[in-house]
Amino acid sequence: MLSSKASSNSHGQDSLYFLGWQVYEKNPFHEVENPSGIIQMGLAENQLSFDLVESWLRKNPDAMGLKNKDGESVFRDLALFQDYHGMPAFKNELVEYMAKIRGNKVKFDPNNLVLAAGATSANETLIFCLADPGDAILLPTPSYAGFDRDLKWRTGVEIVPIHCSSSNGFRISMFALEEAYERAQKLNLKVKGVLITNPSNPLGTTMTKDELQSLITFAIDKDIHLISDEVFSGTVFDSPCFISIMEAAMDSNLKRNTDVLSRIHIVYSLSKDLGLPGFRVGMIYSNNQTVVSAATKMSSFGLVSSQTQYLLSYMLANKKFTSNYMKRNQKRLKKRKEMLVSGLKKSGINCLKSNAGLFCWVDMRHLLCSNTFEAETDLWKKILCEVGLNISPGSSFHCSQPGWFRVCFANMNQSTLQVALRRIKDFVERSRFNYQQNMASLSRKLIGNWVRKLSSADSEEQER
Amino acid sequence: MAIEIEQPRVGLSKVAVSKTHGEDSPYFAGWKAYDENPYHETSNQSGVIQMGLAENQVSFDLLEKYLEEHSEASSWGKGAPGFRENALFQDYHGLKSFRQAMANFMEQIRGGRAKFDPDRIVLTAGATAANELLTFILADPGDALLIPTPYYPGFDRDLRWRTGVNIVPIHCDSSNNFQITPEAMEAAYQSAESMNLKVRGILITNPSNPLGATIQRSALEQILDFAVNKNIHLVSDEIYSGSTFSSSEFISIAEILETRGYKDAERVHIVYSLSKDLGLPGFRVGTIYSYNDQVVTTARRMSSFTLISSQTQHLLACMLSNKEFSENYIKTNRERLSKRYDMIIKGLKKAGIECLKGNAGLFCWMNLSPLLEKPTRESELALWKVILNEVKLNISPGSSCHCSEPGWFRVCFANMSEQTLEIALERIHKFMEQRKRN
Repeated sequence: MLSSKASSNSHGQDSLYFLGWQVYEKNPFHEVENPSGIIQMGLAENQLSFDLVESWLRKNPDAMGLKNKDGESVFRDLALFQDYHGMPAFKNELVEYMAKIRGNKVKFDPNNLVLAAGATSANETLIFCLADPGDAILLPTPSYAGFDRDLKWRTGVEIVPIHCSSSNGFRISMFALEEAYERAQKLNLKVKGVLITNPSNPLGTTMTKDELQSLITFAIDKDIHLISDEVFSGTVFDSPCFISIMEAAMDSNLKRNTDVLSRIHIVYSLSKDLGLPGFRVGMIYSNNQTVVSAATKMSSFGLVSSQTQYLLSYMLANKKFTSNYMKRNQKRLKKRKEMLVSGLKKSGINCLKSNAGLFCWVDMRHLLCSNTFEAETDLWKKILCEVGLNISPGSSFHCSQPGWFRVCFANMNQSTLQVALRRIKDFVERSRFNYQQNMASLSRKLIGNWVRKLSSADSEEQER
Repeated sequence: MAIEIEQPRVGLSKVAVSKTHGEDSPYFAGWKAYDENPYHETSNQSGVIQMGLAENQVSFDLLEKYLEEHSEASSWGKGAPGFRENALFQDYHGLKSFRQAMANFMEQIRGGRAKFDPDRIVLTAGATAANELLTFILADPGDALLIPTPYYPGFDRDLRWRTGVNIVPIHCDSSNNFQITPEAMEAAYQSAESMNLKVRGILITNPSNPLGATIQRSALEQILDFAVNKNIHLVSDEIYSGSTFSSSEFISIAEILETRGYKDAERVHIVYSLSKDLGLPGFRVGTIYSYNDQVVTTARRMSSFTLISSQTQHLLACMLSNKEFSENYIKTNRERLSKRYDMIIKGLKKAGIECLKGNAGLFCWMNLSPLLEKPTRESELALWKVILNEVKLNISPGSSCHCSEPGWFRVCFANMSEQTLEIALERIHKFMEQRKRN
C-alpha cells in the first residue's frame, strides 16, 4: 500500500545508535531525580556555552520581539518572507561568520550560500543535485550514523565506504580511496562524489592540507564531486588549526584548474558550535552556479523560519559577541575534552588524539573478549544496561574494526561527566577483578589438569 | 575572488538539470514582472499590482496584538531552561504543546465537527514539504497521482520533481462549476492505465485553489468511494480550511470519515499549514494528519529533512493554545475575507466580469473567456500579457493551473490593502471600458 521507500529500512533507525537512545529515554539520568539513570553520551550536542547566548538575548529583547534597531515591528515582513533565496542580511552574516571560523583565510560570497532546514536537509539536497538514483557516493568510515538515512533514503543513491583503520589513525589513504572506487566499479555503481566530514565525526580530528589536496586531485582525476561537511568547523579547540576544503582548493598548485571550484561543495550548520539544533539552520556553499540554482529551488522543501533567520542575523551581526563566543566556547570544549581523556586514561582507556568535535573516539579493544563485532555489541550492551552510559559503538559508524566507541562530552554538565567517569572506572575495575578471578580459577584448573596428567603418566610408567 | 568559472564540465543529477521545478511557467514569469516594477501606494503608483500571490494580509493586526500582549511567546521567560531546552529541541515528534495546539485549532476551524489526535500530527516546514513527503511515502518513482484541474501550479514541482511521480489530471470544467465527477475521475484513472502508470492516490485541495470554493459533501463522498474502489490513497490538502467565509460551508474529509465510523480511514491523509489562514508563510509551519499508523511513523522519520524551528513551534504553541485568541481570530478573519471577496466580486461585476461562485480562499476565479479572440491557450496567454503589461496587474492565467478551458484567471484579493484593491478594480474597469469602445 505504501511506497518501497516507506517500507524499506533505509531510514536506518534500527541501528544501535538509535536503540541506545531509546533505552536512554526510558531511564534518563538526572542529578537529583534519577541519579542511577542512564547518562546520555551518544548525543553530539554542545551545551557548554548557552549562558553566552542567553546573556546576549537578555540584552537584545528586540531581536526576539521581532523589532528592528529603531524599535519598529518587523513582524509583517517576516511573516510573509518565504523567499527561497533566504534573508540577505542573514546570509551576509553567515558568510562572515564562516570566514571567521576559518581564520579569514577564505572569503565567501552570500550569493553562493543556500539555506536549508539543518545540515540533514542540506546533505540530502546536495545528493539530489549531484547524483541519480543508483549512483554512488564514497564515504570514509567510521562516519556519522545518520548519513545512511540522509544520503540514501529518498535519493536512492548508494554509499560505498572508504575503509580507514587505526593503523594510521583512521586517516584517509590514497590506497583506501582507490580501493573504494574500484569496489564501486565492480558493483557496477557510478561514483558521483566523495563526502568527507571535516572535522571528523566520530573521530574529532581535522584533515591536513596535503590530505585535502590529495582528495581534490582524486576528485579531478575521476571527474567527480567533493562534498565537505564542515558542521564541526566551529568546534576546533586545539592545534592543528582548521583548514577548510575551500582553503586547500585556493592553493596555487590547483588554481590553474578552473573547474576545481565547481566540484567542491561545503555543508555547514549552526547546530554544533552554536548549539542550536532545534532552530534548523543549515546551509550549502558552492561555487557551482547550477548547483546553487537547483539547490535554492529545492530549499523550498526545507526553508528556515524567517523568525529564526531574523533572530540569528541580529545576533551574528554583533561581532563582539561572535568573537567572544568563539574564543570562550573553544576553551570550554578543550577543557571538557581533556577531562574526559584524562579520566578515561585513569581507567586504562585511551582515546584517539583529537583537536575538535564534541566527542572522543575511544579505544576499548582491550575490553573485548574477542576481536569481533559481537563482542563489541556485548560490551556496548553491558555499558548501556549495567554501567548506565549510552555511548555509541563503532559498528553504528560502520567502523571496520571492532572495539572503538564514540563518547560525547559536551552535552552534559561537569558533575555528570564526573559521575560517568567514576562509573567507567568502577566497571573497568570490576572487569579486571572478574578477569583476575577468572584467570585465577582458570590457572587453578589448568594446574590441576597438568598435575593429574603427570600423576597418570607416572602410574603408567610404573605399570610398564 | 578573481577566478572565472567556466561552464562546469562535472556532471549533475538529472533532477538538478530537469525543468520539472516548473519555474518557467507564466505563473512565475508574472512574479518577475512584478518584482521589476512593484506597485507602491506612494512611491510607485503606476507599478504592477501583485494579484498572483495567495497571501493573507487582512488579519495581521490580530497577530500583532497578541504578540504585544504576550511577550512570553517570543521569548523564553526569565529562566535559563526555557531557552536551552528549546534550542536543543530537535525531536521529530515536535513540541507536544504545539501539536496539541494545532489539533485544537484544526478542530475549531471545523466547528468541532471532527476530532484530531495530536499524536497523529506530523510537523513539516510548510505544506510544500508536507505534500512532497506524502508523495515519497505513498508512491514510487514512475507511479501516478490523480489531481483535479485546475490546480495550484506549485504541485508540478512539489509532487513530481524529486519524487519522480507523475500527475494525471482529472479534468473539470465550467459546465458544472468545475466540480469533480465520478466520470472525470474514472476517465483520469483509465488515462493513467493506458499510459502504464500505476495510480497510487488522488489529491484534492479543499477548499480549492484556484477556484476559491469548497467541495460539496456529495462530491467528497464520491471521491472517498472512488479511492476505496480503486484501493488508492486520498490526500486532502485543506490549507484554506480556515479561510472559508462561513464556517458551516466547509466540510472536511475528516467529517466524512467520522460519519462513516472511520471505516477506510487508513487511506486518508490531510495536509494543513498556517501559511494561508494565519498569514505566516515565512514561519514554515505545515502538518500532515494521517489516519494510517505506518504513514505517521514514516512521515515523522522523514520530517527530519524538514523540521519546524523549535523557536517558531514555541511561539505558535503559546498563541494557538490561547482559546480566546484563536476563536476570535478564526471568526474575524472569516468576516474580513468575506468582505474582501464581496468587494472584488462587486467591482468585477461593475466592469462586466463574472466569477465562479466562491465561498473560500484568498482569490476568486474570474471568467474572461468572452474576451478571448479564440478559445485557445495562446489567446489566453496573449490576454494575460496585455493585462500584465498594459493594465499592470499580475493575475494567474488558468493554463498555468492546467485548466482545460481557456479564459479563466485566478485573482488574489487578500494580499493588499483595501485601497490598493480599489485601484486594481479601477484599472480593470478602465480596461474593460476601452475594450468595449474598441
